[in-house]
Amino acid sequence: MPQEYRQILQHIDQPGYTPALECYLRHGGYAVLRQALALPPRTLPGGQVLSGPEQLRQEVMVSGLRGRGGAGFSCGLKWSFVDRKSGKPIYLICNADESEPGTFKDKQIIYKDPHQMLEGMIIASYANDVHLAFIYIRGEFVEGARILNRALQEARAKGFLGRNILGSGYDLEIHVHRGAGAYICGEETGLIESLEGKRAYPRIKPPYFPAVLGLYQCPTIVNNVETLCAVKHIVARGGAEYARLGTPNNTGTRIVSISGHVRRPGYYEIEVGKVTLGELIHDPAFGGGLREGRQLKAIIPGGSSAKVFKAGETFKLKRRGPDGKESVQEVALLDLPYDFDSLIAAGSMSGSGAIIVLDDSTDIVAALANIADFYAHESCGQCTPCREGSLWMAKALRRLTHGEGRPEDADYLAHIADNIPGGRTICAFGEACAWPVQSFVAKFRDEFIARGAADAKRRAASGRETAAPSGPPHPATAAALAQTPAE
Amino acid sequence: MTMSTANPTPSPSTPPPADTLQVRVNGKAVEVPRTMPDPVSGKPVPTTMIQACFTAGVMVPHYCYHPKLPVAGNCRMCLVEFGTPALGPDRKPILNPDGAPRITKSPRPAIACATPVSPGMEIYTDTPAVKQMRESVLEFLLINHPLDCPICDKAGECKLQEYSEDHGEAQSRFVEPKVHKPKRVDLGPRIVLDDERCILCTRCIRFTRDIVGDDALGLVNRGSYSTLTAYPGRPFDNNYTLNTVDICPVGALTSKDFRFQMRVWFLKETPSLCTSCATGCNIVIGSREDRIYRYEPRENEAVNACWMCDYGRLNYAWIGRADRLTEIRGPQAAGQAPAPGWTPILREISGKLRQAAAGSVAIIASARQTNEELYLLAKLAKKLGALTDSVPRMGEGDRLLLNADRNPNSAGARLTGIAATPMGANLPKIAEGIRAGTIKTLLVVGEEVTRLGLGADLLARLETLIVSDILPNETTRRAHYLLPGCAHAEKRGTFTNARGRVQKFMKAVEPRGDARPEWEFLHELALQVAGPDGCQSLEGLFNQMARDLPAFAGLTWAGLGNQGATLRSEP
Repeated sequence: MPQEYRQILQHIDQPGYTPALECYLRHGGYAVLRQALALPPRTLPGGQVLSGPEQLRQEVMVSGLRGRGGAGFSCGLKWSFVDRKSGKPIYLICNADESEPGTFKDKQIIYKDPHQMLEGMIIASYANDVHLAFIYIRGEFVEGARILNRALQEARAKGFLGRNILGSGYDLEIHVHRGAGAYICGEETGLIESLEGKRAYPRIKPPYFPAVLGLYQCPTIVNNVETLCAVKHIVARGGAEYARLGTPNNTGTRIVSISGHVRRPGYYEIEVGKVTLGELIHDPAFGGGLREGRQLKAIIPGGSSAKVFKAGETFKLKRRGPDGKESVQEVALLDLPYDFDSLIAAGSMSGSGAIIVLDDSTDIVAALANIADFYAHESCGQCTPCREGSLWMAKALRRLTHGEGRPEDADYLAHIADNIPGGRTICAFGEACAWPVQSFVAKFRDEFIARGAADAKRRAASGRETAAPSGPPHPATAAALAQTPAE
Repeated sequence: MTMSTANPTPSPSTPPPADTLQVRVNGKAVEVPRTMPDPVSGKPVPTTMIQACFTAGVMVPHYCYHPKLPVAGNCRMCLVEFGTPALGPDRKPILNPDGAPRITKSPRPAIACATPVSPGMEIYTDTPAVKQMRESVLEFLLINHPLDCPICDKAGECKLQEYSEDHGEAQSRFVEPKVHKPKRVDLGPRIVLDDERCILCTRCIRFTRDIVGDDALGLVNRGSYSTLTAYPGRPFDNNYTLNTVDICPVGALTSKDFRFQMRVWFLKETPSLCTSCATGCNIVIGSREDRIYRYEPRENEAVNACWMCDYGRLNYAWIGRADRLTEIRGPQAAGQAPAPGWTPILREISGKLRQAAAGSVAIIASARQTNEELYLLAKLAKKLGALTDSVPRMGEGDRLLLNADRNPNSAGARLTGIAATPMGANLPKIAEGIRAGTIKTLLVVGEEVTRLGLGADLLARLETLIVSDILPNETTRRAHYLLPGCAHAEKRGTFTNARGRVQKFMKAVEPRGDARPEWEFLHELALQVAGPDGCQSLEGLFNQMARDLPAFAGLTWAGLGNQGATLRSEP
């Protein structure tokens, strides 16, 4: 029986557990920080001396921890890229701009166990010689920002933060910065721009890799809330021990947000790769199955930008058998282990760990129109393909869902979407807005064509040849028209 | 294909110097510096792909990239494919059987404007994938564009039009309603913005913020609704706003002065100089049928890069004024026929000058005259023992281009010896000479002397007042001989700017009526007064001046080229 493995969520939602420092301390809080700060230098067999922070970084490397924000990039590797010779200060930013539709895991940590996140942040900061760190929290988390500020105050008062932390001689200050409500602020370089007080336009890479030219052109580490919490547990257990959780190359635990047409939507912490997609949806310990009489239609496995899976799909994956030999096996959708590599191999991604389940009551065209609207609204507008393509797709889908479709709209949409991703844009938003359209249209092509054909038939019957654009103008358009002086 | 053509790289025994590296653009090897100066700070920054492509003579289409602005990388038009040498475990390049390094092609494209080159990199700008990417970017740019070329001032010099020819589709498949944005936005006193034409390349924002230092422009709203605007409640008004019209790759920013005046393809373009201050910005005069429609900056690294100020740019309307002096005039006895023409009048003047006693002639010549004209006047002055001077014209300068000295040729006036030290110091002496009766003849070229202490009463004391000018004023009204001259746009010549750069300008439009270039009639006067000098042309005159005057030593007319040449010593 698959079970939750509650490590980060260990205390969250337990009766009587509060975000207060006193409660956290009662549950053993900040012991790991104390242990990390007290780590003595270690001499390696070769005579090389590893300082405490260097050992911590090594533990994270050994743990195999992959970023929990969406890209799944190795955390230890990310830290190793930091330019430590520039003479500039190194900054750490906790990315708490959780905005990927379907994702609600970081919110639980921030609202219910803020000190766990702070402890992880302080350890990560110490490990990377950071003396100034920021929490960039999405603007909608108003209460979350208040909770964090209160937690920072408590931590400061008890000497976990500020000058000479716990007598170790290490200084660190952390500030909370609230976003103003834009999805793109979760993109790390957009976040940095926003933190600097500018519009959150993602930066071009090269040359602006955060590890070298980040916040204020200084080396900067940007880590997700859950990743930083994991750092605490890695230091507590030791990297090698942590790597025993989960599966090879997909180590540790991660929190999965399950939403949509399941009986028990919610957040569940699992060992990565030890639970399958089917178990997450159907097992009583997780999603608890679909509603009475409903069939599975589709799964969006990693936040709304992940490519959709159609019910009944099978994949040919390389898997290692019990004898250690690698072979290609056919794996059904619901048997896919929920980890980073399997989902990539199956053509999608686990992204932010948000599983959106769609049953057969779903209008797939309308679902995509909803997603496309979101991305058109959130495109920052900096670079051409995403700026123009995201709105174009949203407009076409609006047409298709408002009785003005055409049979050729499936190809039309695919054509637009194909011209956005693949390195043509500054940041990964290009992929984020194109992947849903590409995958929905490819996998549910018949439904898109049927919708367009029905509209065309109705128009023909009423004597109208061509599809006319419909719908009220967008608010920004209306405002623009109002601003234009009359002739 | 033989080895040598397949691999024309230099043999390993002669590696390129350490400060350059070799890349290939579409197979062609090109040597580029490792770093190039940053356009704003001047600090060395890694050379980019687009710079390597340009070095190789390969054009990469682009909108947001501008060599004088910080890189933005937002238009995505310059996407290219590339590859780098594959490295073995020993970090050394893996070689193909033919000895050339094996290239690993990058799975993702890169923007040429921002991606640094690395040794051995191969850049491909003409692959099917690159062409497809350009076509798609162009399609995205065009879907919400109003396509109003027939009424757009940029038509004919619009990058959207140009690249549409190269990479565009004849028909649009876009069937959705276009995004509508503000039109005819009054951004400031000189600029009108059409937000629907804007492709959001941010060149204007970067220029205004990073070059001018005025954070006046920005974008509001998001995504496809992003809208260029000036800071709320503040007009876009600095002295460099019109440069944004030049660098706008489309017709979003238009000049109120030029808007709807002339289709650009009708304009004749003449290389010239701005005469509004001592900086000497290089310009192109756009004219048609002897009417000037606009000035635009002409690139010159040593002077103005590719910018000019609004003050200088708009200072041309006077050339076309209706009250321009167009008639040559001599002293008219009652009942005599009017205006006998240049030859008799010049003969009359030279006769008077030849008979004048030494020291009885004074010359006031504007520092807006050319080097050659001032040189001729200096020759006359020497022959006549004349007291000479020019008139200082000072204003407020700035840190960019505008010089406090508003004369275009103060340096020339000093170097030819016409101007006193300091300029204007001889004016009271000339006034005194006239009052005392020692100065009986005054030659004024291009200045209104009644405002300079030589009032009507003094001018009335003169036996002969010879005036050359362009527009009527108190001095020209009192002239015994009035010689209509030319604006710089109507003649050729050279100016010496504040930093000692001698630059030439060409004739854009014909002079009006009797008006003749000053150097022509001054040359005739000099011949008649001081004797032949062997010169037939302006070129000869310049070369003679360079031989005569030590300051101009070594210069030749031909050697000036279209970018000018700097004097050996600062003026």
